[in-house]
Amino acid sequence: MSEAVIKCESVYKIFGENAEKMLQKANGNVDAKTFQENGCIVGVNNASFEVAKGEMLVVMGLSGSGKSTLLRCISRLTDATGGKIFIEGQDLLELNNKELIDLRRNKMGMVFQSFALLPHKTVVENIAFPLQIKGINTDDSISKAMDMVKLVGLDGRENYFPRELSGGQQQRVGIARSLAVEPDIWFLDEPFSALDPLIRKEMQDEFLRLQDKLQKTIMFITHDFDEALKLADRIAIMKDGIIEQLDTPAKIVLNPATEYVRKFTEEVPREKVLLIEDVMDQSTSDNLGDLRVSKDEIIENVAEKILTQEKTVGVIDKNNKIIGSINPTKIINTVFGERKNRN
Amino acid sequence: MEFLKKNPKIFQWLFLLIVFFALCFAIEVPETYKFIRGQAEFIKDPNQSTFVFAGKEVRYYAFDVFWRLPPLLGWLPIWINDSLFFLMNDWMPMEFWNEDTQEFKTRPLLLQISRNLTGFMTFIIELIREILLGGLETIVAFTSWDFIDANPWAELPGLPWTIVAAGATILSYKLSGKGLAIFAGLTMVYISIFGQWKPSMQTLSFILVAAPLSFIFGLGLGISAFKSKRVEKALYPILLVMQTMPQYAVLVPALVLFGVGDHAAVIITMIVAIPPMILLTLLGLRAIPPEVIEAGRMSGCNNWQLMFKVLIPTARRDILIGVNQVIMVCFSMAVISAFIGAKGLGFNLLLALNQLNIGLALEAGLCISLIAILLDKMSLAWANKQTDYFGNLSFFERNKNTIFFIGAFIIGIVLAYIGTFLFKDTFNYLFEIPHNKGISTADFWNKGVDWIFDTFFVYIKAFNTWLIQDVLQPMRALYLRMPAIATIVLVVGAGYLIGGIRSALVVCGLTLFIALSPWWDRALVTTYMATFGVIVSCLIGFTVGTLCFQSKSAAKFMLGVCDIFQTFPSFVYLIPVMMLFGITDTSVLIAVIVYATIPATRYTIEGLRSVPVSLHEAATMSGVNKFQRLTKIEFPLAFPHMMLGLNQTIVFALFMVIIGAFIGTEDLGQYILKALSDKNGAGIGLTLGICVAFIGLIFDNLIRTWVDKRKKHLGIA
Repeated sequence: MSEAVIKCESVYKIFGENAEKMLQKANGNVDAKTFQENGCIVGVNNASFEVAKGEMLVVMGLSGSGKSTLLRCISRLTDATGGKIFIEGQDLLELNNKELIDLRRNKMGMVFQSFALLPHKTVVENIAFPLQIKGINTDDSISKAMDMVKLVGLDGRENYFPRELSGGQQQRVGIARSLAVEPDIWFLDEPFSALDPLIRKEMQDEFLRLQDKLQKTIMFITHDFDEALKLADRIAIMKDGIIEQLDTPAKIVLNPATEYVRKFTEEVPREKVLLIEDVMDQSTSDNLGDLRVSKDEIIENVAEKILTQEKTVGVIDKNNKIIGSINPTKIINTVFGERKNRN
Repeated sequence: MEFLKKNPKIFQWLFLLIVFFALCFAIEVPETYKFIRGQAEFIKDPNQSTFVFAGKEVRYYAFDVFWRLPPLLGWLPIWINDSLFFLMNDWMPMEFWNEDTQEFKTRPLLLQISRNLTGFMTFIIELIREILLGGLETIVAFTSWDFIDANPWAELPGLPWTIVAAGATILSYKLSGKGLAIFAGLTMVYISIFGQWKPSMQTLSFILVAAPLSFIFGLGLGISAFKSKRVEKALYPILLVMQTMPQYAVLVPALVLFGVGDHAAVIITMIVAIPPMILLTLLGLRAIPPEVIEAGRMSGCNNWQLMFKVLIPTARRDILIGVNQVIMVCFSMAVISAFIGAKGLGFNLLLALNQLNIGLALEAGLCISLIAILLDKMSLAWANKQTDYFGNLSFFERNKNTIFFIGAFIIGIVLAYIGTFLFKDTFNYLFEIPHNKGISTADFWNKGVDWIFDTFFVYIKAFNTWLIQDVLQPMRALYLRMPAIATIVLVVGAGYLIGGIRSALVVCGLTLFIALSPWWDRALVTTYMATFGVIVSCLIGFTVGTLCFQSKSAAKFMLGVCDIFQTFPSFVYLIPVMMLFGITDTSVLIAVIVYATIPATRYTIEGLRSVPVSLHEAATMSGVNKFQRLTKIEFPLAFPHMMLGLNQTIVFALFMVIIGAFIGTEDLGQYILKALSDKNGAGIGLTLGICVAFIGLIFDNLIRTWVDKRKKHLGIA
């Protein structure tokens, strides 16, 4: 794994007047209840994790779980109360105002839930805004912004005002704006939550397409577990400021760390999340049929093929080497079996 | 009884009213008490006593303190006056370099600051005025009178009116388009050919200094209040009082501080115009969604960029309303400050009103209103202007407005030059049409007024007499019959019932201030006139608003009408009523009613409009008819907003009642007007102003508290 782009070491964010004193006194053992009795609200409680270059970390949690606060600590829109945050090895909390502005102008982009477009600027002006703030002249910034307009598929609407656009279109502008300075790190704070389900799915696909092309390091905030599963390389599930579990989608679905996480995973259609690799038998019996499936396939895509086989199916890796096996019963068990047990 | 048990509030209110009336009847009018028109409260009276309070001798009637409180605050105006004079003449003397005498001179600091400030203001006003009209002062400012004497050619020539008119038209076209351009052109031509050019340009130069300065200072203070809680807390009480402070009242202290003339007028206008600008800036900045601020930060804005590229443009809507307010106040003050020697249309208007020359007053008033509307629309267009990045324009297209203006400039000069040959014996009409040498419709209007008066005299007279004798006099008598204690109990009780102990204390403090001042009776008269005006205005406004709301286009039209009426300087309203009713209380009250109906109508329409569509639909599906929908759904929900309208209506009414003093009333306004010509009037004027402001604030506090509670209750906060 390459070097971590974002690295958090026991980050705390506590709101309230005596937050720092209280934190020092608590000595690393922060209890939300005692803090609340003293007029402090714990936003983020001991968050430690890394995000590698090109990785997409989705932070999932219900409202009030501190996910947005965590994001704002890492973008330093609020200052963390305790802990350390490193961006590409730089200590974020040590940066002075000028360095911070420099960092934001060149390395960071952010998309907001309510789009946060400037109402007095047209689409193209909104997108060109971060560039103009950087000091790029009007012509260059506008032409660069026009490229962005095309990238997010809004050509022809560049002279519209935000109020004249639909929600999905507005968020496209927000995305284009956050990408205009070609940042390495991309923060998205519930970008699709305010959109209709159909538009949301469309935007998610669009987002995956963009990420495929751009390979940014991403922190993505959402309250929608399905969205997290669909997009994430890894998911961090937050509750009351604490990261309950941080793992790949498959591992979270298969081994929920806490009761809270399990509740989310219960209703998840496993065949849509799990890969063959996650459910196969490590042993390779000799009695394999002719069919071979790749270990990276999602179960849903190959289930029909496997289920029509009578024999056990071999699982292969990228080099066509057989590394395991899977039989139809296993598939049926994965999809239907366990759920039955639960009921 | 069952009913009362279910509604404890009603019971409380009833109880309060019973106490109030009981007090009213229980406390007899003392025999020595007289309310004599036009006379101060201190009538020579055998029972008059004095006592010493805080080192000052206070005189008061020896009659019952329950009837009228002793004027314990009588020392306040004198103290304010003394302090002002002390500050101006004796405080912190310092050595200052004097240019004229080439030596150091000892002067009090404040006097020096005031003189420098006024000097600076005078210079800018004169500069703009002389660009428009021509003159010597600007050149003198850089050189000396000797230089002018030696070089008779040294004089700013002033622009011919044709150029100014063309300039205004082209600018309007650039900002907005054809419609505004035509309006601008017509306005300028009208002003010119009706011989109002010179006073109009004088007024314009005054506005062009006062409005931008007010805007800049208001915006700046609004921003600093937004950024620092401490600044906001310091500004808040001043803003609150200034909101309801009549503009007259500020004139008097300004006289002491800044003397007489346009410069003092500009400064005083700024003092009046800045508070609403601050409030609206603050309001706008507060309403910005936090995510927009974060978006700005994440785009890498430094503080400066964040403020001017993100926050202020996002808060544009409210800030624009602020600009609109600033312009309104400036024009309103352009007239009022004629009292302290500002030149221009306002001066002519006052003069004409004084001479009862309604025709002339009407012309001047029309000019002011036209310019006010023009500037208002231009500022609005300027703020909404957007750039086109993709138009591939040629040099001519990009600069066509400049080119046209240069063309107009040259043509204008040529025309003016030709004019010198054409009009050898008379005035050069192509350069400037002198005052009162243009077409005048004054005679026409005057004849019209005379005709109306002759024809309808009987009816007007009858109406007038009826109103005064059967409505106004009894109402006034009732107000004056209220014992001070009863009034205070009523007001404080209302405060307690509406907003709890906190509201009660605030209201009590405000009322006590007025009750302890020497002008309680006058304040009652002011209140009675305002009450009458407000009641009628609300009846008209709520009815008209509700009727107009029934059709979308009518509502839009009515709001437009309100906009335009609001742009008229308040003084202008006096013209038509004086035409019809002469110098009576009826005139003032009708002006009050017309003026105060504007906010009543506007807020009714806006309130009804703000009722969510989903509720409309829900109501319709429940099978209500139009009338039921109005009474069951729309009124209850729109009521809080309509009450805010009532609040505005009261403020507007108070303003107009005070301005009505010009016609001749016998309330606080009359005393403010008197203070203007009093050498020691500053303190009196200011205290009177504060009294009026407090009357407004009492209602403001009660209504706002009620509205906030009600909105929370309805869940539309």
